[in-house]
Amino acid sequence: MVTILTGLNRRISKLREQSLRTPYIDPERATLITQFYKSDQARGLSPPVLRAMAFKYYLENKTIGIEDGELIVGEKGRGPRAVPTYPEQCLHSLEDLENLNSMKDNPYIVKDEVKKIYEEKIIPFWKNKDMRSMIFRNMPEAWMKAFKAGVFTEFMEQRAMGHAIMDDKIYKMGLLDFKRKVQERRREIDWLDDPEAWEKDQELLAMEITIDAMINFANRYADLAKRMADEEVDPKRKKELEQIDEVCSWVPAHAPRNFWEALQMYWFIHLGVTSETNVWDSFNPGRIDLWWYPFYKKDLEEGRLTREQAKELLACLWIKIHNQPAPPKVGVTKEQSNTYQDFSTPNLGGVDEYGRPVANELSDLILEVEDELRIMMPNLCIQISEKTPDWLLLKALRIIATGHPKPSIFNTDVIIMEHLRQSKTLKDARLGGPSGCVTIGAFGKETVGLTGYMNWTKILEITLNNGFDPRTRMKVGIETGDPREFKSFEELFEVYKKQLKYFINLKIIGNNIIERLYAKYIPQPFLSLLIDDCIEKGKDYNNGGPRYNTSYIQGTGLGTITDSLVAIKYHIFDRRTFNMNTLLKALSSNFEGEYELLRQILWNKTPKYGNDDDYADEIAIKLVDIYVKLLDGKPNTRGGVYRANLLPTTVHIYFGKVVGATPDGRKASEPVSEGVSPVQGADRKGPTAVIKSVAKWDHVKTGGTLLNMKFSPQTLKTEEDVRKLAHLIRAFFKLGGHHIQFNVVSADTLREAQEEPEKYRNLLVRVAGYSDFFVAIGKDLQDEIISRMEHESI
Amino acid sequence: MLKALIFDIKRYAIHDGPGIRTSIFFKGCPLRCWWCHNPEGQEFYPEMMYYESRCIICGTCVEVCPQKAVSIVNEKVVTNRQLCDNCGICVEHCPTGAREMAGKWYTIQELLEEIEKDRPFYDESGGGVTVSGGEPLMQHEFVVRFLEELKCKGIHTAVDTSGYASKEVMKEVCRFTDLFLYDLKIMDPKKHLLYTEVRNDLILSNLKLLDDLGARIWVRFPLIPGVNDDEASIRAMGEFVSTFRNVEQLNVLPYHPLGVSKAERLDKTQKKFEQPSQQLINKVVGLLEEYDLLVRVGG
Repeated sequence: MVTILTGLNRRISKLREQSLRTPYIDPERATLITQFYKSDQARGLSPPVLRAMAFKYYLENKTIGIEDGELIVGEKGRGPRAVPTYPEQCLHSLEDLENLNSMKDNPYIVKDEVKKIYEEKIIPFWKNKDMRSMIFRNMPEAWMKAFKAGVFTEFMEQRAMGHAIMDDKIYKMGLLDFKRKVQERRREIDWLDDPEAWEKDQELLAMEITIDAMINFANRYADLAKRMADEEVDPKRKKELEQIDEVCSWVPAHAPRNFWEALQMYWFIHLGVTSETNVWDSFNPGRIDLWWYPFYKKDLEEGRLTREQAKELLACLWIKIHNQPAPPKVGVTKEQSNTYQDFSTPNLGGVDEYGRPVANELSDLILEVEDELRIMMPNLCIQISEKTPDWLLLKALRIIATGHPKPSIFNTDVIIMEHLRQSKTLKDARLGGPSGCVTIGAFGKETVGLTGYMNWTKILEITLNNGFDPRTRMKVGIETGDPREFKSFEELFEVYKKQLKYFINLKIIGNNIIERLYAKYIPQPFLSLLIDDCIEKGKDYNNGGPRYNTSYIQGTGLGTITDSLVAIKYHIFDRRTFNMNTLLKALSSNFEGEYELLRQILWNKTPKYGNDDDYADEIAIKLVDIYVKLLDGKPNTRGGVYRANLLPTTVHIYFGKVVGATPDGRKASEPVSEGVSPVQGADRKGPTAVIKSVAKWDHVKTGGTLLNMKFSPQTLKTEEDVRKLAHLIRAFFKLGGHHIQFNVVSADTLREAQEEPEKYRNLLVRVAGYSDFFVAIGKDLQDEIISRMEHESI
Repeated sequence: MLKALIFDIKRYAIHDGPGIRTSIFFKGCPLRCWWCHNPEGQEFYPEMMYYESRCIICGTCVEVCPQKAVSIVNEKVVTNRQLCDNCGICVEHCPTGAREMAGKWYTIQELLEEIEKDRPFYDESGGGVTVSGGEPLMQHEFVVRFLEELKCKGIHTAVDTSGYASKEVMKEVCRFTDLFLYDLKIMDPKKHLLYTEVRNDLILSNLKLLDDLGARIWVRFPLIPGVNDDEASIRAMGEFVSTFRNVEQLNVLPYHPLGVSKAERLDKTQKKFEQPSQQLINKVVGLLEEYDLLVRVGG
């Protein structure tokens, strides 16, 4: 291998700088895909073959480039920060494009020529034909009402099923090996007795087409590198370009032979998956310090690579991932997860297939890269098992203590139990981990179908209004009776449960339709190729091909709903401080005027979740329990079942906006609580109390939960403080917690950043399962973060 | 039943001894340090604290006060502390939590229940319980029995004390204490009397007593500019502390004006000192290190 040159800082800083530019909409993919769909080639093809041919057409004709200094090559669009769009899934209107330009947070540059292309070519062809329109046309009226009222959101209305994570097969097999496997499978098709023979054959044929397309795409890069090398005058860069030529001529066609090739292999695969459909870049290489370590070790031992060179390659890959904002979201989906990407989450640590802890020099090196680069993607996480050595956790925490919001921290031991409870094999459980933000996946073997958020607080509001939604003035739920007539708290709780069940079922009905639409119209043959057991089954990723086919509906607002129910139990039924009629009047008046005192009592003189107070926490336990019972094990249309998970991305802001005042003393439109964290500011007994409350209910019965804690820097000044934080995490994990993440910044710093965003462009904060630049997240979310609990220990 | 007056229970206390701890603050103190950062811990009776920032001036306290001690003057809530007998009725009725009680009576059992809550964190981190104040040894009968219970449960115990207690009490407490956080403020007897209102001879001799008994000791030295930051004071401190075998470390605690706003909540005033500069802290640490002491800044 060619020596990688020193001057890491200059090379990497330059690429990093480039990656921090505002992304721009690149109309090339939309144009090429439209051209293809209009062409004669597209006629008469089965859906998977049509998708594969479109994929091939795009990779053959798209603009490619190699940036100065790059070692890992390839972009989804025409260059760094170019954002291709997917009109076949979600057609952006001219108005959408106009809005993107003026967005304060997460903006995209949209040039007039892009709008012109959209107006003249893209919109006329795709209008009413994109998946998004198709989905809304097919949804039942009751579903649309609930969606508009803000009872739930729908992930799939603008994107394909994400949360696919790669395993290690791409380091053992090249795409040509995959091709042989596919061809073999095609030969085995039983054309006489298998009624699905043709469908299977078409799916497998589509896979073959995508393989050729991908190898050809890599060859284009090899040729380009060669041409550039020929013209390069700088001898060092010339050598690098020759090396890029060699790497791209070998992978992805063949299995990688060294560290550089392993990283480039992954990167081509990543580009393939994210170019095929919009999965919001929720795709990642999985257990990197486990799977890349053998390459690293061998190269080092054989003198082909130094630690510094490996670091530079890793940094190049990190920047590649950061270069790729996903297509802009619109409407409710933008509000539910207002981010550029929905998250590429490589894993460090955890255990190997024999249950031994993974913690090696590469884990150490990757943390160093993370520490030095400080960019918002990838969404690096670290798995901590009871067996994980302290040094790895401490190294991660030292980075967090400086105010960097990554890595987020997961409990391997609980994750394994969650997998096993979902009837996965022990091996698949051990080699899995968190996927997008916190939800578990069996890497390389599962579709983790996150389908939308469920607004638990909204459902309480509808319950207290007997099925009616005060905001949209529509009957959205079922009639469950006038709450003023309820004789006991238990009666209210039962009624809430009925209402919740109604909405869960309604959401599933919608999902059942959407899943079939995707299976039929947007198969993903390239992704299917990579996920076991799609080839064996001859079935698509969207159609039950994978070994595990899980669907999730994410519960949100545990803190707000718990505190609201606790307030009703405590004041109306136990203490009789006031009656239901008074409370309902106070809520409908948004606690104005005379009701402010009542709000103060609700806010200040009521037990709250997050304080290790059983009175409140019992309700949280019950809520999680009923949500799991109502959802867990219900079948989806892909041969899998539903599971519960509890996380918010940024939906707690949107869900708060659509809910009026709540019995916990929250005013209308304010955010609801985030993840499984207590209501912002309601936890008053410090982090151990929060952890105790959060660990009281059973995380193992979920597929992921999200706890966000904010620490001020003065609590993490010394090595001793960092060690104590490590103990806090270890104790939380022993108590059964799934995930924890930290924001280490002072509220004052954040306020300053609000005043002078220019000065704080680099300030990253942990939002919810991912990190973002503070100045990019929007004023209301900024305010919410500032008000979120600040654990000071003086 | 034996009860103690406690004004605060702080969980995840990470600066009061090893590991993650729960600190129990006992109310009442014989000293009256000018810089006291827990002025609500001085008096041996419950006291009403008023947080003006939380108050919405709703007038509930004015209505419910049986002593007629509360009134609204110029849109501010004013409590006549002469009339107020700290009965706590206003605290109970205050909707915003602007009025809080510092001081609540606990039985040993009640306190142990609180302690048990964070047991997983002590076990994981090698932490435990720190008895603090005020001066916890003012309630020594309770403290000794409480510490004994903790030891029976296998929980690490630390006692944060001013050292102002009788020799007998010290000996008794020492039996159940794994670590003393021993406050030494001023070596000069006159200055000590001026700034704390008690003499320091008992405090100094008790430290020797504990050292002789073989107790583990961390000495805590609050650094107050203008009071004990001169070289002579620092050297006297260093020299004295270095004579003990069992003092494991000396913690320099730089002054922080936390007590000023707390005193206001009690309608008291507290002198505000200057906060020590990093330069001063470094100098003090350097001087103390000359006496072969392990010096740490902060708890």
